[in-house]
Amino acid sequence: MKQVKTLVKTRRDSVIAFGIVIVAYIVLQTMNMTGGISNTISGLLVPICAYIVMAVSLNLTVGILGELSLGHAGFMSVGAFTGIVVTTVLAQSVPFPMLRLAIAMVVAAFAAAIVGVIVGVPVLRLKGDYLAIVTLAFGEIIKNIINVLYIGMDDHGLHFSLVKQTFTLNEGGSMIINGPIGVSGIDKISTFTAGFVLILVTLFVVLNLINSRHGRAVMAVRDNNIAADSIGISTTRYKLMAFVISAALAGMAGTLYAMNYSTITAAKFDFNLSILVLVFVVLGGLGNIWGSIIAAALLTVLPELLRALNFNDYRMLVYAILLIALMLFNNSGAKQKLLDRIALRKERKGKKQPKEVA
Amino acid sequence: MKKTLSVLLAGAMLAGALAGCGNGGNGAGSTDESNPNAFKIGGTGPLTGTSAIYGNAVKNGAELAVEEINAEGGIQFDLKIEDDEGDPEKAANCYNKLKDWGMQLSLVSVTSKPAEAISVNHYDDRIFGLTPSASSVAVTEGKDNVYQMCFIDPDQGTTAADYIADNNLGSKIAVIYKNDDVYSTGIYETFVEEAEVKGLEVVSVTTFTDATSNDFSVQLNDAKNNGADLVFLPMYYQPASLILNQAKTMNFDISFIGVDGMDGILTLENFDTSLAEGVMLLTPFNPSSDDERTQNFVQKYEEKYGETPNQFAADAYDCVYAYKQALEAAGATPDMSAEELCDLMIQEFPQMTFSGLTGTNATWDASTGRVSKTPTGVVIQDGAYVGL
Amino acid sequence: MISNLIAGLSLGSIYAIIALGYTMVYGIAKMLNFAHGDVIMVGGYMCFCATFYLGWPPAMGILLAIIVCTLLGVVIERLAYKPLRRAPALAVLITAIGVSYFLQNAALLIWTANPKTFTSVVGSGSVKIGGLQITHVTIVTILVCVIIMAVLVWFTSKTKMGTAMRAVSEDKDAAQLMGINVNTTISVTFAIGSGLAAVAGVLMLSAYPMLVPTTGSMPGIKAFTAAVFGGIGSIPGALLGGILLGIIEIFSKAYISQELSDAIVFAVLIIVLLVKPAGLLGKQIREKV
Repeated sequence: MKQVKTLVKTRRDSVIAFGIVIVAYIVLQTMNMTGGISNTISGLLVPICAYIVMAVSLNLTVGILGELSLGHAGFMSVGAFTGIVVTTVLAQSVPFPMLRLAIAMVVAAFAAAIVGVIVGVPVLRLKGDYLAIVTLAFGEIIKNIINVLYIGMDDHGLHFSLVKQTFTLNEGGSMIINGPIGVSGIDKISTFTAGFVLILVTLFVVLNLINSRHGRAVMAVRDNNIAADSIGISTTRYKLMAFVISAALAGMAGTLYAMNYSTITAAKFDFNLSILVLVFVVLGGLGNIWGSIIAAALLTVLPELLRALNFNDYRMLVYAILLIALMLFNNSGAKQKLLDRIALRKERKGKKQPKEVA
Repeated sequence: MKKTLSVLLAGAMLAGALAGCGNGGNGAGSTDESNPNAFKIGGTGPLTGTSAIYGNAVKNGAELAVEEINAEGGIQFDLKIEDDEGDPEKAANCYNKLKDWGMQLSLVSVTSKPAEAISVNHYDDRIFGLTPSASSVAVTEGKDNVYQMCFIDPDQGTTAADYIADNNLGSKIAVIYKNDDVYSTGIYETFVEEAEVKGLEVVSVTTFTDATSNDFSVQLNDAKNNGADLVFLPMYYQPASLILNQAKTMNFDISFIGVDGMDGILTLENFDTSLAEGVMLLTPFNPSSDDERTQNFVQKYEEKYGETPNQFAADAYDCVYAYKQALEAAGATPDMSAEELCDLMIQEFPQMTFSGLTGTNATWDASTGRVSKTPTGVVIQDGAYVGL
Repeated sequence: MISNLIAGLSLGSIYAIIALGYTMVYGIAKMLNFAHGDVIMVGGYMCFCATFYLGWPPAMGILLAIIVCTLLGVVIERLAYKPLRRAPALAVLITAIGVSYFLQNAALLIWTANPKTFTSVVGSGSVKIGGLQITHVTIVTILVCVIIMAVLVWFTSKTKMGTAMRAVSEDKDAAQLMGINVNTTISVTFAIGSGLAAVAGVLMLSAYPMLVPTTGSMPGIKAFTAAVFGGIGSIPGALLGGILLGIIEIFSKAYISQELSDAIVFAVLIIVLLVKPAGLLGKQIREKV
């Protein structure tokens, strides 16, 4: 019976998640077109989309798979820089920016997935905090390597080198990724609609995974590794699958993000960014997909809203206090009491309704 | 259900907290009432985080200039500097926020990458920008309405190499640069090119990153073992002060030369200035200069902010005065739109000559937006800059 | 070669002393205290203020730093972590990050972003042993590290409070049933950990005298890595991990590649953890079925 209930609940959660996103998109897009929202908010739309995808994909690793990852920004970085290279290469041959962006995202997803496999195979053999530190280590390694990566393009095609720029470009060639200086002059082709579509794709992939046989296997692995193993679930395989999907989605978010700014450096995708996304996931609730969506959107807007209050000096201090207060409240007795009261009322109501059968 | 509720409650609480803060903020007598007779100057800079010192210096320098100008009673300015934490993404948010505020003229951004990110927006929206300190080439490249008050990075590299060669400061050069930093890498690259042209031998090139900016023993040992007679430090003064300190503890007696980022090393609180004895640097601003305006600025700045201004503060101060000069020359009025002002400034800047704290008779190049002024080489003697 | 070894040792001893505090808190309270690095920063500022602004002798400065940090540690624990004792580990982790942001931004408001140069509390001299130069700071740091490690090992294994700590670390509920005051024990742990952070801060800044509000964050992450490297929760492991990390960092910079030294350090960490999944000296915990 409990399982049936959970099933109903997950279905309902999916509906809520899709609902929130679609309604929010329609409302914001209408407001955006009629000029009903400020520049501040309209400028935040694409990054919010990217962070939502990051949060949902990290939730797959942390909430569903149950492994703490502190290096999620690394995958975003791989996706961002892959996306930049792809869009630059295709600049002439694919004239439609949206199509170019879509192709870039697919390639970026593949690249991030490959890195996901490379990271996942060793990482998933570890447990708990050790796993967490190794993901942190991989995040730093990715940052460090991309920081010394040089990619240029001329009429001979692409040139790569690591640590020092060892190639010279022909006349008319240009650097795409210039080591620590990063990328300059990106063609900003990300749009809110692209971000919206990416969120839908992400939700579709993640929710389908959760509700599928694979997803239940993954959750079984989370809840009890050994028991899952003993009934013949290949724990490593399912763990790796979830991890790689999560990485691929982060890669797509990276492309979306990078294509929204005219410049990007490897240093952006650091430990702090990984932590930021983790904050979204934890605050939204582990395993709660639509919680991640709301938390990512709210916490991206929050520091910007704090600007409006004219206490720039205290802005980040207030942000820190709010963050602590939220975590305390989320786990406090006060909230538990409130929950109990609501649950009680629900129960009374529930008695009148006929039992639902899934 | 529990999770659902937790999120809802979190949201409600956020909203509540915001509303509460909002009231508090407004009640505390905000100074944000905009003056309709003032030009609105906006800008972004790192007011918090690792680069906070530069953002705050620019904010203070610009504030001081605005106060002086407003007190004179002629042209009036309204200034707003938003905190971008040194991050391009946040800078874009700040820029939009400033646009909502009604920014007419811009100081773009303090650091290079954020400035690069939003200079494109300046170009698209036709808002004129004059950055005090974002020195990478990409900031102004391809934008007719973004200008710089500082030297660009490649210039610094070439100037430094020329300077060393022309003054015979050394023949075997060691370079230590920060390879995850745009500024440092940019200067290093052109320095090495020019050094080759000038026949200087670069015997040791070593690097560090944010994560490894504590210990420089490897880099200094490398310079020592390769027989360097001069160490070039294209970096800001914080790591430079650590390098000087470590060189001393290693008993490695060698000359150092820095770039404009080195400026500020003497104002470092509690810094043993004898460590920097004999260090040369190229900077547009010398706080101990005899120049009357500089003296006046330094005195006022120290009174108001309790610290000696650095080059960033001086550049920002100059930016505001350059705007004043250009606006007066063009006969601009505060009721003009940002776009109209932008057109006027594009006409005005390339033909004007500006003398400020960071250089006299500075001119701007219309095609690149770069400033042309002479850097002064100074050497540190007895804890003060002495012109070379 | 040997001079690089010494450089690695001096860098490593700094990591080690920070890692000791990290591992102490982790071992007992089972939480990753990401604010540890920022407590170090606060300790540094306290010592700086005492010696530079008030003109106190260095010893008094250190004492003030230790007292303030100890109190700070206890207050943070009471206000931010104690209410989360029953909450998931991740909630505590995020709160710790919030505390870290808070401390950094509070320091920014109090002391501004202007860097301060720290005056070494042990002087800037060095001794020569057979042509090799070892700075006083390095010698003092290593000595202090070893002493602290010895005291901590003795404290946790021989004293009543130490035994209580180990009991709490094994099983909070059982410890409570045995009459141990879990809250006091954890508070004491935080007090000790934060006091150690003050000492670490003063020594770190004596070696690398640049003090800004973000001074603690990078060494904090490095020390965390060092603690995991040595086996988190293990006191001798923290010392070993810290020193090895320092040596690896210096050697990879000197002999392999400076541009990639971060990547190399972390790659070594990954390899070690794959071979020994609980760190060099960590306890292997077998999961019961």
